[in-house]
Amino acid sequence: MAATEVSVRVEDKLYQNRYRVDAGKAHIKVRPHTVPSPALLALLTACPARCYERNDEGQVEITVDGCVECGTCRIIGEPTGDIEWSYPRGGYGVLFKFG
Amino acid sequence: MIEEKFDAIVIGAGMAGNAAAITMAERGLKVLQLERGEYAGSKNVQGAILYSDMLEKLVPDFRDDAPLERHVVEQRFWMMDDRSHVGLHYRSDDFNEERPNRYTIIRAPFDKWFSGRVQEAGALVICETTVTELVKDGRGKVIGVRTDRRGGEVHADVVVLAEGVSGLLGTRAHLREIPKPENVALAVKEMHFLPRETIEARFNLKGDEGTVIEAAGTISRGMTGMGFIYANRECISLGIGCLVSDFQKTGETPYQLIERFKHHPSVAPLIEGAEVKEYSAHLIPEGGYKAIPQLYGDGWVVVGDAAQLNNAIHREGSNLAMMSGRIAGEAIFQVKSRRDPMTADNLALYKTMIDKSFVMKDLKKYKDMPALLHTQSQNFFLTYPQLVSKAMQNFVRVDGTPKVDKEKITLKSFVTARSWSGLLGDAFRFARAWR
Repeated sequence: MAATEVSVRVEDKLYQNRYRVDAGKAHIKVRPHTVPSPALLALLTACPARCYERNDEGQVEITVDGCVECGTCRIIGEPTGDIEWSYPRGGYGVLFKFG
Repeated sequence: MIEEKFDAIVIGAGMAGNAAAITMAERGLKVLQLERGEYAGSKNVQGAILYSDMLEKLVPDFRDDAPLERHVVEQRFWMMDDRSHVGLHYRSDDFNEERPNRYTIIRAPFDKWFSGRVQEAGALVICETTVTELVKDGRGKVIGVRTDRRGGEVHADVVVLAEGVSGLLGTRAHLREIPKPENVALAVKEMHFLPRETIEARFNLKGDEGTVIEAAGTISRGMTGMGFIYANRECISLGIGCLVSDFQKTGETPYQLIERFKHHPSVAPLIEGAEVKEYSAHLIPEGGYKAIPQLYGDGWVVVGDAAQLNNAIHREGSNLAMMSGRIAGEAIFQVKSRRDPMTADNLALYKTMIDKSFVMKDLKKYKDMPALLHTQSQNFFLTYPQLVSKAMQNFVRVDGTPKVDKEKITLKSFVTARSWSGLLGDAFRFARAWR
């Protein structure tokens, strides 16, 4: 029997978290492209904060505000050259109260 | 940023970094520890179970003031299909002891406390500082770090890389490769808050007793992965993790996975009515012995998750982190006491010492386990849990079918699903990998 599908909005989950956003300084950048690579497409679903989304032209874009700094996209997308990955500046980014 | 030179710089204030820093500071070394979070712990995520033995060796009186949640008196393993679980529970009053063996903890407050002890031991801890790269001399020896602070270069005889699983600095400096998607798991976790009496009633606990549940089966949708439910004092840590390569292949989303796990009929009643106060995610090294990179070099050593040290079978990550941090600290102290330079040849002592410890012995024992579980994920995480669940139901449900026929049905279900050679092969491969 298939598992019952439960709807989930990741925004509601991220809403609980504390962040100090470093405005205008994204710590992850997607390499400019016309057609997204398989690695970039995988980030659409693998990112636990759903930071990656496709724009109207079908390219993959990132909004880092909700990033939980897990590093999954680095593991998938840095070796292929699809993304550039750094940590946020000291003190910025997600601030776990519990962790 | 800082003019003076240090004996050692430790990058990161997690379990491994704190263990290394406290070990060296207590032995009189001049230690600088850099942490990118607002405070030690603000970037750290773990289940989390603390193993007392290792912490006791670093902070013998930790029970006096460490923020511990519950001492674990019960361990449950669940093999799950979509509507059931088959469980193995071990509970013993022996764990209600004067110096309990395991505790549940919450990392942010715990790490803050641990960092306080590191500072008391004499280390200089600076937070809100991201190290951007390692500084090398002309011959390639690591001589310090560059940070994102103004004029932020600091020098030391040796750098201890306790930077966590992704290991950005070490990989940028070409000391090792980025972990492969098949060697790391992505785990997502939520903190579910409930009154402590409710938690104690639901988990059958009294006082500060605690229960932990590790769960595997159809909850990971055929991917290699596990779920966990840990009882803290006033909240429940609940999460699930699977290999990054499996997420990549299947297109499953981590948030849908945790949501389904929460709605499982065996799980939902435990967290009913809880208020979720945080959603986090973290990578876990799962490659085992064969994924361990070079552990030392000229002017550097790597410890903890960054060195991919995690015993996935026994869920010991922070334990190996603390142990490797401590061993690295001791090795550096010994080299320093002999007034020898921090060259690769001399720092090889760290590798020698860790090879002799339980860390490498344990990881070596299970060296074939990751390959087995990672390539046979459909069988171990989907087929077998469903077969076992059906067999159990067949065993306990009374419906007038003669028992002899019931046994035949169960046997037939196993053979149909995996064939005789498949069953024997799985048993053999599993036994060999475990040995």
